[in-house]
Amino acid sequence: MTTTAVRGSGTTGTPGAMLLAHTRAQFLTFLRNVALSAVTVALPVILFTLIAGSAPSQPYAEGVTVGAYFLASMAAYAVSGVMVFNFGVTVAVDRGEKVDLLIRASPLPPVLYLLARVITALVFAVIALAVLFAFAWLVIGVRLPGETWLGLGASLLVGALPFIGLGFAIAYLTGPNAAVAVTNLTYLVLAFASGIFMPMASLPEFVRNMAPYLPTYHYAQLAWSAVGMRTESVGTSALWLVGYGVLFFAVALYAYQRDETRRFG
Amino acid sequence: MVHAAAGAHPADRTVVQLAGATKRYGDITALDRVDLRVDAGEFVAILGPNGAGKSTAIKLMLGLREPTSGAATLLGGRPRDRGTRQRCGVMLQESGLPKMLTVAEIVTLFSSHYPRPRRQDEILAMADLTALAKRRVDGLSGGERQRLYYAVAICGDPEVLFLDEPTVGMDVASRHRLYDELAATAARGRTLLLATHYLEEADRLASRIVVVDRGRIVMDGTPAEVKARVPGKRIAVTARRALGTADFADLPLKALELHDHSASLLSNDPVAVLEALVRRDVPLLDIEVTGAQLEDAFLSLTGSERRA
Repeated sequence: MTTTAVRGSGTTGTPGAMLLAHTRAQFLTFLRNVALSAVTVALPVILFTLIAGSAPSQPYAEGVTVGAYFLASMAAYAVSGVMVFNFGVTVAVDRGEKVDLLIRASPLPPVLYLLARVITALVFAVIALAVLFAFAWLVIGVRLPGETWLGLGASLLVGALPFIGLGFAIAYLTGPNAAVAVTNLTYLVLAFASGIFMPMASLPEFVRNMAPYLPTYHYAQLAWSAVGMRTESVGTSALWLVGYGVLFFAVALYAYQRDETRRFG
Repeated sequence: MVHAAAGAHPADRTVVQLAGATKRYGDITALDRVDLRVDAGEFVAILGPNGAGKSTAIKLMLGLREPTSGAATLLGGRPRDRGTRQRCGVMLQESGLPKMLTVAEIVTLFSSHYPRPRRQDEILAMADLTALAKRRVDGLSGGERQRLYYAVAICGDPEVLFLDEPTVGMDVASRHRLYDELAATAARGRTLLLATHYLEEADRLASRIVVVDRGRIVMDGTPAEVKARVPGKRIAVTARRALGTADFADLPLKALELHDHSASLLSNDPVAVLEALVRRDVPLLDIEVTGAQLEDAFLSLTGSERRA
């Protein structure tokens, strides 16, 4: 994998070359951070087995099996988790270890650094989805039409963008030490209260009343709609997610600029 | 000058310029109206004690900080421009590197920033890291990490090299290898800016020393000129009676501190001072002569500034 740049080859120093190099570096970093990457990929599979493994083909609702429903839930959990954690935790760690200082003194445009992270997160989300889907199909025996698998994956990847904003906001609002705890807490509570781990009907009433205002709830609706369990229109889910996306990115931008003034002003 | 043709104004040899640059962090003034110009091919050491404003000066030059007032220009342009930065290499204090990556991966990563990077084996050899190429950053010692920062700084074959306290944490052998590397870089006509609190380092390497203290430039000259202003020895004397300024009148002193029966002096000519004290029948109990530390030098330099 080691490429030796040849002097004067003209293949380095361009934005494209920088983006490629940083995406590769981010990817390797994430991959070697086994605690993070293994949990990202394995946890949805484990939870899926625990929740739906015993009776996957029983009906959950009209036309939807328990297996399909919780596959959608776990897929939503996996993808949004990659986004929140990759941005919340790793950006905070970079900040804490001052990795960003040398990067900021280098010719790399800051936006490319961010873009490399987005690409890395998307690649990991695809890997997490592929593993979960393969496991669900091969081991648990979930059978869905081809376009359903693809539709589920695609809508979750696109719909996950607001969670990048959430992770980024947490990374810049909290310190490197608090980021892991805050990310876990925020994200697990959101996921639980949105019916991702257990059916909405089994949640306490005040949680059920609160759920329709949460970003993860509408994100999970995208997934459930994709497997045929539609309780709100895709347009409604998308609108909520766009709204939350704007909010999260606005907070992230505010926190980023505050940090920028403090450290590089 | 090899790279003069690449500059925006071939006739202008200015590489770095601070013009009335002031930087305040809240109530603290880290740099106070500093004017400094560095020309192509110079090897400038910015010398000062910790907290003098060396790092702040470097950060302004690199665009890592914006001056509160005044201006900083680098290679005739804004320090934050990509084109400007592609002509510079940087080694900073207290920076980090992605610790999950190997030495070779870090070098590849940072080489991607530059249009004409050096070959990787060349970079690793220059930084004495060939044997550690496959080692991950989190497995490196402090000195090895410092060498990796150096590798990152030179990977783009920069015209201008900024080094902020580069030898901190290095063992003696690594330090001397780095000195040889820097001297060779300077010999190739490159511009170097070195922030350090070691007088020996500045003296050994630089063609010009800028002494900074409390945010201001207190001296700017050749190493010989600076050393002439720096006292050679610190002399501590204790006497049987209380000492006064009269006892030390007309002696070649750079600084004098009196504490009742004892006194602390800085001088380039300790023999003359001690002879005079004996001649004047000062009832000495104890004498200690030690090499002056850099802190003594600043005492002397800034002290004389204040008297002037």
